[in-house]
Amino acid sequence: MDWRAALIETAWNLAFIVAIVAPLMLCVAYLTLWERKLIGWMQIRIGPNRVGPLGLLQPIADGVKLLLKEIIVPTNADRGLFILGPILMIMPALAAWAVVPFAPEVVLANINAGLLYLMALTSMGVYGVIIAGWASNSKYAFLGAMRSAAQMVSYEIAMGFALVVVLMVSGSLNLSDIVNAQGRGMFASMGINFLSWNWLPLLPILVVYFVSGIAETNRAPFDVVEGESEIVAGHMIEYSGMAFALFFLAEYMNMILISTLTAVMFFGGWQPPIDSQLFNAVPPFAWLLLKVFVIVSLFLWFRATFPRYRYDQIMRLGWKIFIPVTLIWLAVVGAWMQTRWSIWS
Amino acid sequence: MFEAVLFYIFATVLVVSAVAIITVRNPVHAVLCMVLCFFTTAGLWLLLRAEFLAIALVLVYVGAVMVLFLFVVMMLDVNVEQLRAGIWKNLPLALVVGGIMIFEMVALLARQVFGGLAPREAGPGYSNTKELGMLLYTDYAYPLEVAAVILLVAIIAAIALTLRRRKDTRRPAPAEQIRARREERVRLVAMPAEKDE
Repeated sequence: MDWRAALIETAWNLAFIVAIVAPLMLCVAYLTLWERKLIGWMQIRIGPNRVGPLGLLQPIADGVKLLLKEIIVPTNADRGLFILGPILMIMPALAAWAVVPFAPEVVLANINAGLLYLMALTSMGVYGVIIAGWASNSKYAFLGAMRSAAQMVSYEIAMGFALVVVLMVSGSLNLSDIVNAQGRGMFASMGINFLSWNWLPLLPILVVYFVSGIAETNRAPFDVVEGESEIVAGHMIEYSGMAFALFFLAEYMNMILISTLTAVMFFGGWQPPIDSQLFNAVPPFAWLLLKVFVIVSLFLWFRATFPRYRYDQIMRLGWKIFIPVTLIWLAVVGAWMQTRWSIWS
Repeated sequence: MFEAVLFYIFATVLVVSAVAIITVRNPVHAVLCMVLCFFTTAGLWLLLRAEFLAIALVLVYVGAVMVLFLFVVMMLDVNVEQLRAGIWKNLPLALVVGGIMIFEMVALLARQVFGGLAPREAGPGYSNTKELGMLLYTDYAYPLEVAAVILLVAIIAAIALTLRRRKDTRRPAPAEQIRARREERVRLVAMPAEKDE
């Protein structure tokens, strides 16, 4: 490969990365607004409505405020690691998008080990929290870091097993192949695609995956890491300004990522639910967007509905319920695939 | 050319971080250097077209093992002075062990056992993961299962060694409670009522 070809390819990739990250940042900004609006409506309030029409400029105002605030580093903090924490938090949240397929053939890196890559990167996210908690040199921050380390490591196992089941029925680690595999089957040939998607035969796995996803992103009702009432804001307590904003960016980006992955692995990705002319006319990307929007709204709905779990209950749910459920379903699906009633041939 | 540049970048970071592990004073910094070490090793493996091993290294070592390391090291109250005190006493042993390791590495690498370390060129449909799975579950099925059993024993042993019940609690034992029968606990005694004289 000569230098010019390499240069053009690099420039093309960079443009693609910008085309993913810039809309993603906008999505994160407006997800915060949507969260406040939706929870407001659920609690019979109207939510933010002062900045711009219908409060639509609220995220912009928030962003400007956070950008202009001073970043304070505590005197006894470990300065280098204190700054490294938020960076390590946002890095995997951004890098994971490299293998997400947005439409047929529209993916930054169409690699064979995509699912493994995702698991490896999501498991890196915990470092940001631990380092931030330790480097702050504060007891609350440290407690938050310890809680999150234990919680994320526990739920990663259930999540990993759930992904193994998906990988078994799809026969591939490539996310595009996983989507395509869901477009085949008895119901898909009858035109009702949505019954062929993975959510139906793998329903328990879907539940385990999604709930583990909520726990991995430290969202309510699993947000003991932040736990305002007991440890104030956990690992984020000493951060201000843009450093604080990075934690929030990472959290919301991870929410969107988990929703996208749920859509890709269980709800057929970019595929339309019914094979009809009207539905096929909608661009594939719009279907993915719609699915992600619905799933991400579930995160907010849960936050408005459930009270925070106690810490030992979180551990019990992860280790004693989710891991056995996934293991049993793994065996059931494995046995099912060997019989002649297998629907994945 | 491009890969060579990448290789030298990764190799430099790897060597620097490996040296930093044993030279930095703060144990938490040392663990983080080790994380960087694993990560750059994974990068080097990717350059050798071993994507499954590279990602598995990040997933298992960076994502799980080192988190627990960090967890423990952060909780420890390490006294650096005390650690440095024994260096001259332990130096001869360390030199011997290090010498043996260097000898072994040189003996292995000098004989070109890896066939010059050039990655095998593979076609576009080639999947490293699939290839590895095929080998592991056919030719090496029994060694794999033996390894799995050994790991399982280790897991159970680790739990058994650390699982301790407090002896001074008054936690009720449900099994014993259920086993109890009315006849064992209650004795009805018929006594004639006392009469007033």
